[in-house]
Amino acid sequence: MSAKHNTEDYLRMYRQMVRIRAFEDNANQLYLSAKMPGLTHMYSGQEAVAVGICEALTSEDKITSTHRGHGHCVAKGAEFREMFCELLGKEEGYCRGKGGSMHIADQANGNLGANAIVGGSMGIATGSALSAKYLGTSHVTVCFFGDGATAQGLWYEVMNMAALWKLPVIYACENNGYSEYTKTAEIAAGSLTARAEAFGIEAHKVDGQDVLAVNELARSLTERCRKGEGPFFIELETYRYHGHHVGDINRDYYRSKDEESEWKKVRDPITNFGKWLMEQKIMTADELVEIDKEISADAEAAVTYALDAKYPDVNEVSMHVFAETAA
Amino acid sequence: MTRQITLSKAVNEAIAEEMRRDPSVILLGEDVAEAGTPFKVLSGLVEEFGMDRIIDTPISEPGFMGIAVGAAMTGCRPIVDLMFGDFLYLIMDQLCNQAAKTHYMSGGKLNVPLVLRTNMGATRRSAAQHSQSLQALVAHVPGLKVAMPSSAYEAKGLMKTAIRDNNPVVIFEDKLMYNDKAEVPEEEYLIPFGKANIKREGRDVTLVATSSMVQVAEKAAEILSRENISAEVIDPRTLVPFDEETILQSVKKTSRAIVIDEGHQSFGVTAEIAARISEKAFYHLDAPVIRMGAMDVPVPFSPALEDITVPTPDGVVENARRICRGELVHAA
Repeated sequence: MSAKHNTEDYLRMYRQMVRIRAFEDNANQLYLSAKMPGLTHMYSGQEAVAVGICEALTSEDKITSTHRGHGHCVAKGAEFREMFCELLGKEEGYCRGKGGSMHIADQANGNLGANAIVGGSMGIATGSALSAKYLGTSHVTVCFFGDGATAQGLWYEVMNMAALWKLPVIYACENNGYSEYTKTAEIAAGSLTARAEAFGIEAHKVDGQDVLAVNELARSLTERCRKGEGPFFIELETYRYHGHHVGDINRDYYRSKDEESEWKKVRDPITNFGKWLMEQKIMTADELVEIDKEISADAEAAVTYALDAKYPDVNEVSMHVFAETAA
Repeated sequence: MTRQITLSKAVNEAIAEEMRRDPSVILLGEDVAEAGTPFKVLSGLVEEFGMDRIIDTPISEPGFMGIAVGAAMTGCRPIVDLMFGDFLYLIMDQLCNQAAKTHYMSGGKLNVPLVLRTNMGATRRSAAQHSQSLQALVAHVPGLKVAMPSSAYEAKGLMKTAIRDNNPVVIFEDKLMYNDKAEVPEEEYLIPFGKANIKREGRDVTLVATSSMVQVAEKAAEILSRENISAEVIDPRTLVPFDEETILQSVKKTSRAIVIDEGHQSFGVTAEIAARISEKAFYHLDAPVIRMGAMDVPVPFSPALEDITVPTPDGVVENARRICRGELVHAA
């Protein structure tokens, strides 16, 4: 266990993972109690991926996110209040309620936005890396996407250009085993790492439930990107606890309950990291429970705030179609 | 000092001037560097600006379009060169789901200042996949601006405005006009978006025409003038934003309108403009507003067939005569 070495960093990683879980638990409740318009895609179970990677980044570094994007957003530094407001379509949301769950962007923290088109942000991430190289800024861009998105042709087009132009981008594939309602094995031939390697891109496979392993790899690849050694590909083996979206409840036809409980029992990223923190005598069980409680209260307070917050004025409907251009 | 230059040269000058002015402007596309595109519009740019700014891409239209969107969101002002307008179908997700919506979906926080320059226009014997005029498709999508230069003068002024705009702008150049010359000042100028140009004043009928159809309308107006029919020719110059006011004022004066655009007629640019005139100047009209677009067929290869698919000066003249005589163009 190397990666980040001080207690503060470990605690921050633990807290960020718990924050994601708490956010999702509340979002799920908002859906189930019909308080949230539309639906949403839960990140629960995959927390070590977003946190392990984003803890290796600075706020200048960029990410692009997916329809299953709340975890990336929290991990990159977003606040609960603005996120819940966005999920509920309120004026104080990150996008003034215009984006919703699938389009949260938080440019102040380098989140270029979630994307509701599977694989849709692969070009954007690569373009952000082109900017870094051309403008001489040192930012690294991480492109998060799921295993389902590896079936999109866009990925191969942009990997080719990223490799040709040596761009500082990390393609991070969160392989949670399911492409919507279909097992990944049924939609992906061969190996994903081999696909990146075909372009001469260095590819890694890592246990996406182990936040320290993810962080260690991400730190190393981020630094190498800054030295001009990119692009890179990481396949992170992980698991989504919920269905494809919150409404995907009866899913026995594609995934067994036994499989789900096995992952939760044995490979939960938060439980396992908590255990490690206790084994290393960094934290006690009571201290961890305190953290969980505090975050849970924060999340509930943010939900209450967001439920009471204002909707945007109807005049905003035609605002932001076009950006202003100075004369 | 006046001088005549080709539309191709005008586009090249506009891009070069803006690249000198703003180091964040980059250009990417297929064969844009040494080749200077198949139409040689960009010749010489890579020699001045280098391979870092004039970037040759693989034949991966969705890929480089997506890369341009991301570069635009993070400090660059990319110009994307799409070799043929027909390839718009390849990049629809990146253009319409990503570039067009990012500013809105982010509540105004993210901008996508990019220019997509591409072309349009049939009668070049290029058949169905290299001849389409797809401006209606793009103009339909909120968040995209659309410019259609009708001469070298417009091509330069609109391109410079497009590069400085903070939104995605699609510019359609008629590929048959690259060698057409027009007067273009040596001095710098920009043409604002959303300001139509009255190319010729008239009393009896308004001809609203886009891109190369402006030439068709002007030829028709010349013929009509010999028959004592006075046609006013208006070039909107940009479809989005659209200068409705200038067109409505003209129709209120002439009481008749024909709208001419090279896109397919059904559900197209001509339909939209005709509908606006009908809705907003109905009681000033003495005749139905006539649409003249390309026929609703894939563009055929054979010259014998291709030439009859697009509006011609004779066709405009015939329709203008009929509506000025109070006859119906299309029987019910």
